Amino acid sequence: MGRAILWAAGVLVAIFLLAPIVAIVPLSFSAGSFLFYPLPGLSLRWYQDFFSSDFWLPALWNSLGIGAAAAVVATALGTPAAFGLWRAGGALRSVAMGIVLAPMVVPVIVVAVALLLAFGPIGLVATHAGLVIAHAALGAPFVVVTVLASLEGFDPVQLRAAAACGAGPLRAFFRVCLPQIAPGVAAGAVFAFATSLDEVVVALFISGPAQRTLPRQMFSGLNDQISLTTAAAAGMLVAFSVLLLLAVTWLQARGRRRAGG
Amino acid sequence: MRRRAGAALLIAPLLLFLLLTFVAPIGAFLWRAASDHEVGPVLPRTVAALATWDGTTVPGEDTFAALVADLREARARDRETGAGLIPRAAARLNSDRPGFRGLLPATARRAEAPFEGSARDALLAISEEWSQVETWGAIRRAGGPLSSFHLLTALDLRQDAAGGISAAPPDEAVFRAVLLRSLWISLLVTAVCLALGWPLAWLIATAGGRASTLLLGAVMLPFWISLVVRTAAWMVLLQREGVVNAALKGAGLIETPLPLMLNRFAVVLAMVHILLPFMVLPLVATFRALDPRLPRAAASLGAAPWRAFLRVTLPLCLPGVGAGCLLVFIQALGFYVTPALLGGPNDQMLAWFVGFYATRSVNWGLAAALSLVLLVAVGLCVAVYGRLAGFRRPGAA
Repeated sequence: MGRAILWAAGVLVAIFLLAPIVAIVPLSFSAGSFLFYPLPGLSLRWYQDFFSSDFWLPALWNSLGIGAAAAVVATALGTPAAFGLWRAGGALRSVAMGIVLAPMVVPVIVVAVALLLAFGPIGLVATHAGLVIAHAALGAPFVVVTVLASLEGFDPVQLRAAAACGAGPLRAFFRVCLPQIAPGVAAGAVFAFATSLDEVVVALFISGPAQRTLPRQMFSGLNDQISLTTAAAAGMLVAFSVLLLLAVTWLQARGRRRAGG
Repeated sequence: MRRRAGAALLIAPLLLFLLLTFVAPIGAFLWRAASDHEVGPVLPRTVAALATWDGTTVPGEDTFAALVADLREARARDRETGAGLIPRAAARLNSDRPGFRGLLPATARRAEAPFEGSARDALLAISEEWSQVETWGAIRRAGGPLSSFHLLTALDLRQDAAGGISAAPPDEAVFRAVLLRSLWISLLVTAVCLALGWPLAWLIATAGGRASTLLLGAVMLPFWISLVVRTAAWMVLLQREGVVNAALKGAGLIETPLPLMLNRFAVVLAMVHILLPFMVLPLVATFRALDPRLPRAAASLGAAPWRAFLRVTLPLCLPGVGAGCLLVFIQALGFYVTPALLGGPNDQMLAWFVGFYATRSVNWGLAAALSLVLLVAVGLCVAVYGRLAGFRRPGAA
């Protein structure tokens, strides 16, 4: 009896989590122009509209480009930092960890407004570089956390063995450690990319017309009448999210297999 | 020792990057909460003359003369460089004492022409406002470089010319209500997340096999989908011509569409949907780590099921529950997009006011002071979280 109630409650909550997404995606394939069911028919016209629109298409390229650049910067800075944090101990580790993880807890509106104020005088507002820098700062903690987690499964004795065989610290890292934690690094990069792809508040405050990203365009599209092209844009973002989720799941499974064997 | 230095060297680039792009900008922004730069440099003589003023009676002739000299100089500079010093100082003073936006430029314009007699008589002829103690008090409060004005405003307090602090008049006192509203919405969202997340997490932790994987997938998928998309999905469901209203109308249950959006209900519903994974995932980790033999041992010692739950299971889960609640609460406090799109004017939280004062009314000091209030609230929660969950496994969630 108790078990049945538990199942009913759990499944209902799972449905609540999925329902809005399940509801919005089919609408974007509608042949009509209304945002409710039943659909008059299926078509790809709203996706055609999306890909021929100079409101949405540049935003798609901006999102992908800025996300990729931010992920590269965050991974390039975050991976060595995670390795350093793993080797470090004591006060250095806790202080550095506090700063590194701060972007995860500071409300993003504070970051957005502070960057608007700081980037203004140095000419970084309404530039691609400015948005990449901001998104890299927001994504870096995810890289550090993910790489640190994959380092948990790495035996540091191997580094001493490499040193005993005559490898310098850099060579030991690149030849011994990095190949083993590579899935974790890649997962971290995906996290950073997803962070940038999802981010809207900073983009809202510091980007100009040339840097409009997909979520930012959606935000302004939602303030007016919602169009079905907006639903198509949402469908695109859902597709990206599913791909990224699958990528991370695959990478993490690979990482575990490596750590296990 | 070498290992230490090597580690520090590896961390340094990221730390430097975050210091420049994150810590320093936020620090500089928050500093504005406690400083004032718009009026002091424009009216230096007036501010200096007011430094020794007792704030109970209208200041003397030397202060009036200082103001006239300051305004003439600022007006000449504005005309020469187009810097707009006077309008900016007027806007800052206006946020303290309404009317200044017109008063200061008008006074500057009319005081430019040479006049006979005392500066005091000339200014009083321009506007009676200059005979008010609080007009001068506003200039002194804005004199800078340090200022308590913005922080006091963010807490619905104000300081009079003589230095006494009192509650702001009711029509200006909005920020305590905004803070309470933000805390209340966050608390409500956290409670609903806990109530909904508990059974789902318990099921994921105990069902095993394919059911567990599927249910976990139902949590992970929305977790990965953009916040804007999820908010948009709720708008599509809840709007006047939306999916829910159309379905209810189609079923003949309602005649006119229900007002489901632009209210507190929509904000809380969407926020629960967005934050629920942050509750479920730590709970799953906690429940999985739970030793199933312990409640059984309690039962075999004669405890009724509810007693075994209250005395054994619940205490073992509390750290995980606390961590999940704080994770949800901290994020809920800073929400901006969802209330902006789904809420009405009375559902906006602190973050919205930070954005409003920074961009639309260009009042950086107040935006910074409100940010500071928000950060203090978040900081307190993070400290409690650190106590509960420890900072050793930040990736656990």
